[in-house]
Amino acid sequence: MSTTEHSEYIDSDTGKMGMWLFLFTELFLFGGLFIVYAVMRSKYSEDFHQAALELNAFIGATNTVVLLVSSMTVAMSLTAIQKNRPNIAIGLIFITLILAGVFMMNKYFEWGHKFSLHLYPGSDVMKSLPHGEIMFFGLYYMMTGLHAIHVIIGGVLLTIVMVRLKTGKINQQHYLLQENGALYWHLVDLIWIFLFPLLYLIT
Amino acid sequence: MNYNSSPTAPLNYLNHKTGLWSWLTSTDHKRIGLLYLYSITTFFCVAAVLGLLMKIEKIAPGQTIMTAQTYNGMFTIHGIIMIFIVVIPGLAAVFGNFFLPIMIGAKDVAFPKLNLFSWYIYITGACLGLYSQFAKGHVPDAGWTFYVPYSAEVNSNIVIALTAAFVLGFASILTGLNFIVTIHRMRAPGMGFFRMPLFPWSLYATAWIQLLATPIIGITLLMVIAERTLQIGFFDPALGGDPVLYQHLFWIYSHPAVYVMILPAMGVVTEIFPTFSQKPVFGYVPIVISSLAIALVGYFVWGHHMFTSGMSFQARWFFSFLTFLVAIPSAIKVFNWLSTMYGGSIDLKPPLLYAISFIFLFTIGGFTGLLLGSLATNIQTHNTDFVVAHFHYIVFGGMGFGFFAGLHYWYPKIYGRMYSIKWANIAWAFVFTGFNVLYFPMFIMGIQGMPRRYFDYDPKFQTGQMISSIGAFILIIGLIGMISNFVYHRRRGAIAPANPWHGVTLEWQIPSPPPHENFDEVPVITRDPYVFDHPYTKSK
Amino acid sequence: MKNHEDHITSYSQNLTVLLALLILTTTSVLAVKFHFGAFTVAIALIIASIKAGIVLTYFMHLKFENLLLRLMVGGVFLLFTIVVVITFIDYYFR
Repeated sequence: MSTTEHSEYIDSDTGKMGMWLFLFTELFLFGGLFIVYAVMRSKYSEDFHQAALELNAFIGATNTVVLLVSSMTVAMSLTAIQKNRPNIAIGLIFITLILAGVFMMNKYFEWGHKFSLHLYPGSDVMKSLPHGEIMFFGLYYMMTGLHAIHVIIGGVLLTIVMVRLKTGKINQQHYLLQENGALYWHLVDLIWIFLFPLLYLIT
Repeated sequence: MNYNSSPTAPLNYLNHKTGLWSWLTSTDHKRIGLLYLYSITTFFCVAAVLGLLMKIEKIAPGQTIMTAQTYNGMFTIHGIIMIFIVVIPGLAAVFGNFFLPIMIGAKDVAFPKLNLFSWYIYITGACLGLYSQFAKGHVPDAGWTFYVPYSAEVNSNIVIALTAAFVLGFASILTGLNFIVTIHRMRAPGMGFFRMPLFPWSLYATAWIQLLATPIIGITLLMVIAERTLQIGFFDPALGGDPVLYQHLFWIYSHPAVYVMILPAMGVVTEIFPTFSQKPVFGYVPIVISSLAIALVGYFVWGHHMFTSGMSFQARWFFSFLTFLVAIPSAIKVFNWLSTMYGGSIDLKPPLLYAISFIFLFTIGGFTGLLLGSLATNIQTHNTDFVVAHFHYIVFGGMGFGFFAGLHYWYPKIYGRMYSIKWANIAWAFVFTGFNVLYFPMFIMGIQGMPRRYFDYDPKFQTGQMISSIGAFILIIGLIGMISNFVYHRRRGAIAPANPWHGVTLEWQIPSPPPHENFDEVPVITRDPYVFDHPYTKSK
Repeated sequence: MKNHEDHITSYSQNLTVLLALLILTTTSVLAVKFHFGAFTVAIALIIASIKAGIVLTYFMHLKFENLLLRLMVGGVFLLFTIVVVITFIDYYFR
């Protein structure tokens, strides 16, 4: 009856376009926060500078490096599956996930340190700060928090990819899900590329 | 030209599989379109009744049937349902889902499972919205616009309502995503972009707005939730924030959202005019360009909702200027529609009746928009009933009548049955009359100073308010008549032929109701979409 | 059904891209040590944009994708920039 094949796999160009369109929505989602940042930064540039001193640029830079390396490992996993080496692909995604874990651990310590100083939204310490610093920290928590949620989502997605590589559902002929998972991971990296200087390097 | 081997294809998408479960798990775009139709119609009726109750309250000064607080809750949920649950998904989710694949010669959308998933997300969001009315705590009363500081501070179920809007936004985004990929990747062989009919083109422009604008309101609503729950206060002056920033972010989405509402409606009437004039569309390319131009320029006018909020003069000037510019492509379309009819063989069936009404009502809404978009006159009319009348003319008169036109146009194709033309015409008379009696007085009262969102008013407005409330009753009678015409003839109407209106786009070349996979063979397109002398496609 | 583009980025090419990104990261950290005043934001953003461009072009494979996708990505960034600029027509002149 129909002339199109009934494949369980989506055509890769179609699927890839879908993923890119979804990435656009993520860019605009974070974009809203960047707009708030831009407005508040222009209004309170001195306070922002002051508040940023509270952040540890070394941890921030470490996290930047961690994510950049993880982007490379996930890109390499695609090289691996294209060369029909699923086990290397699995290994590289595993490393990516480890690096994601390192990122989250750093974040945990970073936030934990601030909580121990009572430097969180709504605290008395926070409320006693100048307005611009309150805005800075609000942005810091919301932007890195939303980003961390996306790290977790990306991690879950890549885990699914890893499982499917193991079962062979993803292979040299059909690796769209891995490609899309990698794209999502690169987005997570992309957002951090902008977050890092805007939050940590304005000293 | 018929695309299927047997003249009466007994197996179609309606009887392909039966039972409620088959409907709730179907990834068939036609069934999903109907799932949206039934949910949207249900919620429309709920919100319409709320609107009627509001008009009953306003039929006389002072408290009539509800307190001021209840009234505030009513216009809030009326707005939330109408905007987020009915009008934004509206035409794209119903007719876009049903007809986009057919009109481009495809079997289904690009991601059928995602399509069904989107409907479930939609239903979740809609139920959350309803839940805000029944959950413990006060009913939200901040308006569908949720302006801070009130929405951040008031003790009512705001967070539930915000979450509902966020979830509904997700459904909108995924539908837009699906349609963009469908249009790029699933067109039949031979159908270049400029051989695509104009309803798919309107869906394409709409889908980009859904995709790129909705995330901004998503994050903005999250920010308000954060302000309420975590004391992160980007909009709270006590913490250094700016309430006007909320308005900027809110309208950066909500203005393009109105183009999400109107563009598919314009697409529908653009299909109706050539069919009922038996003549090609006048100015195919200008209509395409104007659709894309509306989508693009519509991103840059949001500040015209904020002229009295304290923006800089330069901003006010800029937004007013851009607002006047964005009116131009709409005017081009009106010119093209009228020129399509000019010299044609006019058949004034209900679809055309609604389409012509659309032009009339949309034009009134459009002109009054210029009055609002003009800085000086805006000061007089901002936040008055003038605004309420304006947007009801544009949204209800525009998108609503476009939706009704689409229903009357495509009903025989969807169900394989014909409704009563006479009944439809009578219902139309009530709807059109009731609509104008309901909303036109609001223009006058607004200029005279009647504020919006007020449950009571100065006695000088009493006559106008009473006339308006009577109009609501006439309108509701018409709507009941229209819906019952459709419901009654669903199983009792005369069997409809494949092409009752002599249309030339692809949906009229397949049986009514369409088969499960739309086409027996993939059509090959060899001509432009609006050629009326002979069929414009041949099968392989 | 088309089965992916033929281009394969080699392991060493991926490594080279990472090294470029690490160099740029180091540059941006060092650049901040110097006080450029109001230009600090601009310089930080420019370097970040270059890094982003590299990730998009190579890791995300845009260099080898079709023109349509690249136009879409460009268009999206352009639209966002315009929205930010228009917002500042209010804030800058208040």
